[in-house]
Amino acid sequence: MRSKLGFFSDEKFRSIFFQTLVVGLFALGLFFVINTTSYNLEKRNIATGWSFLNNPAGFDISFSPFLEFKSTDTHLKVYFVGVLNTLLVSVTGCIAATILGFILGIVRLSSNWLLSRLVYIYVEFSRNVPLLLQIILWYSILIQLPRVKQSLQILDVFYISNRGLYSPRPIFESGFSYVSIAIVLALISSFLIKRWAKKRQDTTGQQFPVFSSSIGLIFVIPLILFFILGSPLSFEHPEMKGFNFKGGLVIRPEFIAMFLALSIYTAAFISEIVRAGIMSVSKGQREASAAIGLKQTWIMRLIIIPQALRVIVPPLTSQYLNLTKNSSLGIAVGYADLVHGFGGISLNQTGQAIECMAIVMATYLSISLTISFFMNIYNRSIQFKEK
Amino acid sequence: MNEINQVRKPPVATTGIIGWFRINLFFNWTNSLITLFVIYCLYQFIPWILDWTIFSADFKYNYLGEQITNQEMCSRNLDPENGGACWAVIYVRFYQFIYGFYPKVEVWRVNVAYVMLAVALLPLLYTQLPYRKYFLYFTYIFPVIAYFLLNGGLGFTEVSTNKWGGLLVTLVLGCTGIALAFPIGIMLALGRRSKLPVISMMCTLFIEFIRGVPLITLLFFGMVMLPLFLPEGIDMDGLVRVLVAVTLFQSAYMAEVIRGGLQAIPPGQYEAAKSLGMSYWRMNLLIVLPQAIRISIPPIVNTSIGLFKDTTLVIIVGILDLLGIGRGTLADTNWLGLSYEIYFFVSLVFFIFTFGMSRYSLYLEKKLKTGINMGAD
Repeated sequence: MRSKLGFFSDEKFRSIFFQTLVVGLFALGLFFVINTTSYNLEKRNIATGWSFLNNPAGFDISFSPFLEFKSTDTHLKVYFVGVLNTLLVSVTGCIAATILGFILGIVRLSSNWLLSRLVYIYVEFSRNVPLLLQIILWYSILIQLPRVKQSLQILDVFYISNRGLYSPRPIFESGFSYVSIAIVLALISSFLIKRWAKKRQDTTGQQFPVFSSSIGLIFVIPLILFFILGSPLSFEHPEMKGFNFKGGLVIRPEFIAMFLALSIYTAAFISEIVRAGIMSVSKGQREASAAIGLKQTWIMRLIIIPQALRVIVPPLTSQYLNLTKNSSLGIAVGYADLVHGFGGISLNQTGQAIECMAIVMATYLSISLTISFFMNIYNRSIQFKEK
Repeated sequence: MNEINQVRKPPVATTGIIGWFRINLFFNWTNSLITLFVIYCLYQFIPWILDWTIFSADFKYNYLGEQITNQEMCSRNLDPENGGACWAVIYVRFYQFIYGFYPKVEVWRVNVAYVMLAVALLPLLYTQLPYRKYFLYFTYIFPVIAYFLLNGGLGFTEVSTNKWGGLLVTLVLGCTGIALAFPIGIMLALGRRSKLPVISMMCTLFIEFIRGVPLITLLFFGMVMLPLFLPEGIDMDGLVRVLVAVTLFQSAYMAEVIRGGLQAIPPGQYEAAKSLGMSYWRMNLLIVLPQAIRISIPPIVNTSIGLFKDTTLVIIVGILDLLGIGRGTLADTNWLGLSYEIYFFVSLVFFIFTFGMSRYSLYLEKKLKTGINMGAD
């Protein structure tokens, strides 16, 4: 028996045999799927190809803050509006969730028992209730707000109603570009100053007031420039006309519901990550830094946080990825993101399911990979550097 | 001499209840201010929420003593000043929340399945169970029994899956997804760590692809694209299509968790198994996997919690799970406007399940003393 199947005991042969088998089966399956799919598509009279992208969409998108969208625009533009809306809610959500999560994580470790219990209850409720339910709940709260006629006013400039939040829209006049250039230049130079100051401190021990000089560069200089140029910025206030507000900047309740639910849900996870990160720094580190006479705030900033970040960043990355993927739930409340706009309405109108889904999936994959890529770079920069 | 040897008691202010209060609530004046502020907020909030949810709420009858059959009879609509929550909607629609539109005559089958599920889970959750071996046999055949019980066949009348709904669908999706994803996840994890480059690459691509896209796109894939892939005549049930998507999704996450467990096994274990002349499968089945799965149970429970919550997404493709029944009830003119009551109830049901699971995973973590955290959602 053994001699007959001798070649089969050879590891090299077996490895090649099994891999060829798997590839063969996979190719066979793929061939079968492509064959039946093209047959099915032909039978249902669905054209394949990408030409539908240039056809007019024929529907309106209610929330498109970056691009002007008309119903005569193409499906390709629906895609771009969707991507921008997805990115908008993901980026704002990530920022808010990080800030809230860090605050809650630190408060959870507070020595005040009542406060830390309160945060614990919040975290448990927020983590254990499905996100979709939270989004729908926030949306149902927002659309039960008073109608436009009775909208709530804040400081006479913001109006809150069941159609969203109306706020003044900033109008940038010709000179404003100089101010923005000044801000960008100030950001770059304060970054360079920080590097230079660190180098100088490492070599000579002399300190440089980086924080106050950066504040001066970023805020004071552009502000002076702003007034010299004669305040090239004005606001267009929303005004009541007929049944609705005209003008101004409107933030739709769909976006607010998505933003609130995503950031509150993810903040609960981030706060647990932050708590675990801070607790992972050994007690000896805190005691040693107190022993050499560092102030309490310095201990946190120079000793605890840098070490905690090493533990925090990898799971934080996966939370950002989760938040971005979860933003696809906007479809439940009609937020015109990638899945709702392009993968939902466009798909239904054109019937080109395979193309639309392929584009949507590829976009999410590239967004995920981009986030992973940048977070990996950041992660590498904060890890232990072996000298 | 005697006085020195006598142990002095710590000051009263640092021990007992007073000491606890001083240390945890009134340590210094900022701490005391925070405590007082929190107590004030709670004092404002808790009576109001208790009043709304319990004391002024209608459970079956409104404040006039009439049995509530629609939203107009709720105390909070008759008397907006004093009326609290109107839980009568849950009372009236309870059957739908738990069984969906399952025929009333056949509903005993669902109840039997619920009880059997609890029995089947028992040996998995509690390892010290007496006669655990025999219980486990039951666990293995339970899916088959449940299929015939719920779906029909073998003498039971058939109940089409579009009549299923509510908690039934949530549990079917959650349990089946987790149970099917477990073996697939193990295979994917082994495949990803395989020395055969083609197999390893295919598994890695599959896992990373699934993890890179949102579940909702996979559900759309199952709903819209899967029928196109299948030859004519094979008509897939809506629930099955969703299950395919959910299982694919969960198995990729499960694979990563199990891979983490596999990586934690010291290479000596592999070497020892090989030196005894074990084949690849024997080595994995008898030596590596039992250890790897043991240490990855807490993160497996954590991803399972994630999946259980994510099953709510099926409402977007038109399957009525617990949340779907809730939304359906809200769309009914009889119960219009009772969104807080309905969402509160659905949240509570999910909270009970997921919080229970997370407590269980914490208990396991303590028992196993592994403390491996994969950062899984």
